Amino acid sequence: MFRLIIRRLALGLLTLVLVSGIVFVAVEALPGDACTAYLGRMAQGKRLENCRRDFGLERPALTRYVEWTAAAVQGDLGISLKRNKPISGIIGPRLRNTLVLGLAATMIGVPIAVLLGIIAGLWRDRPVDLWVSTTAILAMTIPEFVSATMLILIFSIWLGWLPGIVTTPPNAPLFEFLSDIILPIVTLALVMTAHILRMVRTSVIDVMASDYIQMARLKGVPYWRMVFRHVLPNALLPTINLVALTIAWLLGGVVVIEVVFNYPGLGRLTINAIADRDLAMVQAIALILATIYVGLNLFADLLTLVVNPRLRTMQT
Amino acid sequence: MALTTTSNTASGKRKTAFGGLLTVLLAMASRPSGLAGLILVSLHILMAIVSPAIVPYDFKELNAQFILSGPSFEHWLGTDNLGRDILTRTMLGGQKALFVTSVATILAIGWGGSLGVLLGLVGGRLDDILMRVVDAFLAIPWILFLLLIVSVVGLGNAVLIPTLAFFYGIPVVRMARAATHDVVALDFVTAARARGETRFTIVRQELLPNVLDVLLVEGAMRWSWMLLGFSSLSFLGFGVTPPTPDWGLMISDARSFMSLAPWAALAPVVALSSLIVGINLSADALAKALGIDRAQTAPV
Repeated sequence: MFRLIIRRLALGLLTLVLVSGIVFVAVEALPGDACTAYLGRMAQGKRLENCRRDFGLERPALTRYVEWTAAAVQGDLGISLKRNKPISGIIGPRLRNTLVLGLAATMIGVPIAVLLGIIAGLWRDRPVDLWVSTTAILAMTIPEFVSATMLILIFSIWLGWLPGIVTTPPNAPLFEFLSDIILPIVTLALVMTAHILRMVRTSVIDVMASDYIQMARLKGVPYWRMVFRHVLPNALLPTINLVALTIAWLLGGVVVIEVVFNYPGLGRLTINAIADRDLAMVQAIALILATIYVGLNLFADLLTLVVNPRLRTMQT
Repeated sequence: MALTTTSNTASGKRKTAFGGLLTVLLAMASRPSGLAGLILVSLHILMAIVSPAIVPYDFKELNAQFILSGPSFEHWLGTDNLGRDILTRTMLGGQKALFVTSVATILAIGWGGSLGVLLGLVGGRLDDILMRVVDAFLAIPWILFLLLIVSVVGLGNAVLIPTLAFFYGIPVVRMARAATHDVVALDFVTAARARGETRFTIVRQELLPNVLDVLLVEGAMRWSWMLLGFSSLSFLGFGVTPPTPDWGLMISDARSFMSLAPWAALAPVVALSSLIVGINLSADALAKALGIDRAQTAPV
């Protein structure tokens, strides 16, 4: 088992190294660099040369890549020329806001999804299943900016209960976000619930159709005992990975939700950074989001290892 | 006899391409949800084709007399903040999204599918290395790079289509590779090998018909995700250039005067959602019609 864990850790690390390489090359391949973006129309002749020399941009790409990653590992993400500040300082509070949003949506969405998924799976093709599954398809397919817009229309414009747009500054203490964050959380939780619910439902149905459940039925195991002892453990285990994948994937799309609600998180910072051509910032955000993705997947894999007795004793 | 069996799926039984298509479509339409999905998608495609000929107004015609006016006889769905007819703009608003995403989906399935099948067949070191790269690409938030590329290189189909096709093709590589692995292990492939068929014949006769079904379903799902992605891009202002009507952009514009004219947001919302829901329902129905396990258990 330890070899399995170490192998998994190494794989995650390798993925991150590759990600950093891809991000660096991609930004490098685009026309223009940090100095042309910073100087704008004045980017020519002496000025451009001076700027490039000051920030060491004339050195070979490989040297800069090694320096960049070495610094990033130590938590130093470089300096944003546009904003003239260290990037870590700008990203810090916004990363916190995005993580709070994601965590809250997960804590609300996942239990609801698992519960509804089990219900829909156990009562397959009954009215309750049709309702749950149809709603899930709607929630899953309607774009986040559409559901967000509808929520704003209903809850802030028509009912006037909640603010539709966040005006709190990024680094305000968390409790000041309380009323602001409700609609963004609902929007994110809605999509998340729909996706996870469908996976749980499919998994429950698969297990219910399996031979050992047939056997348990034939042996006359009481229904609920069978559900809790045999169906649920086997149905929920394989979903751990899918859930992590979905959450990670949705976090990448949190950009849209943050823009709609003007929520001061990493997503909105991304849009601003792209509009300003703040390439160093974009690189840093891409790296952070990828790290969260890899980390979540790693966590899910390790959790599966710990929970699943079959894998625990496996030799590789 | 086992030796004469070639393929064990529906595709093996299909006589002609057209007959096969008809069979699959009929199977899809036999469920209410599949029928609803097919109708929605067909209506949207039809609308995108004929709307330029039947729209009541010019989509960029401004009218100062009718600014944010509600639904009326002249303007069935009202007008927006520049006095433009919302019905006209909603009818035209899916054209570019449909065109860009359908071309990009075909490209994505094409390159992702070919690479995936190849890696699944060849295996070995090439497979190991490329799959690590695929994993790394999956970890990168695609929307960030799409935005970056569009903002640096500029808007336009020549930028959007290849970029979307590239990023949405990456998960397809994994799917196609897994599907290939599943098929390669089956008895009829072993039988074909034992018969001494050439590698090319095995790929064409045994592998592709089976993997193609998976790819078709995957393609339908990817199409709906890509529409989501494209409309998000256009909502963020990175999809189409105004005054071209596009649902994402229309919703984004309508948000600023939503308290005065909610109908201006509702029309594109309904149009976009019905298209994506329609594609999803069709994709599920297609999966069931082709007998793909993954979605066989989904009810709607």
